Amino acid sequence: MPVTYKKIASVTVGAGGSASMAFTSIPSTYTDLILKVSVREESTNSYELAMDVNGLTTAIYNWRLLQGSGSSAISDQRTSQTIGQAGVLSSSNSTASTFGNIEIYFPNYSGSTNKCYSVDSVGENNGTLAYARLVAGLISTTSAITSITLKLGSGDLDQYSTAVLYGISKS
Amino acid sequence: MTTKLVVDCSTGVVEEVALTEEELAQREVDRIAFEAAEAARLADEAEKAAKKAELLAKLGLTEDDAKLLLS
Repeated sequence: MPVTYKKIASVTVGAGGSASMAFTSIPSTYTDLILKVSVREESTNSYELAMDVNGLTTAIYNWRLLQGSGSSAISDQRTSQTIGQAGVLSSSNSTASTFGNIEIYFPNYSGSTNKCYSVDSVGENNGTLAYARLVAGLISTTSAITSITLKLGSGDLDQYSTAVLYGISKS
Repeated sequence: MTTKLVVDCSTGVVEEVALTEEELAQREVDRIAFEAAEAARLADEAEKAAKKAELLAKLGLTEDDAKLLLS
């Protein structure tokens, strides 16, 4: 890990699962933020991780995505959504004890312009179907990001799902 | 009881908190929004696949022919 990365906080889901993982009171002292997530859902509902920032659930989330499954590739774009797109993950249908790997990057998270972000994700599975997804997102809020909530479109996060938030300084 | 994990980045303390009625209602709104977006994406995919098949048929090409041309 580069010396300019500093771990801010981490969270791990315990027994019984959890509806979401939220980082609050994020300090504004860094230049960028990066979230490293290892995640699995308890059900087979979503295959996708969702998020919101600053508790905002209005129609401010926009994205373009590219996804490959090993047999096909798709692209998609959505605007004015009430929930943010944060990549693919492993579901209860995936190979046991496998978790999706997601990296979410927020450049200039405390600035006064609309917030862009990028996602690099894979849903691990030892089978014929596994997804890799890249997302380029835009959140239409000019407020500094002070909280990030990771959640599913439907269902709960499975035990041992983990998220680590790092702050990145420019020097 | 459905709970969420909240970590305060200023202290590092992690709390498991029960969802409020408002948050439970928002979960339902999120589920509906997610399912609508997913249905729209799948519909777009199906439309693209149908148009692609139509074009290939017009050109007298198979899917494998098209992949070879684009490789």
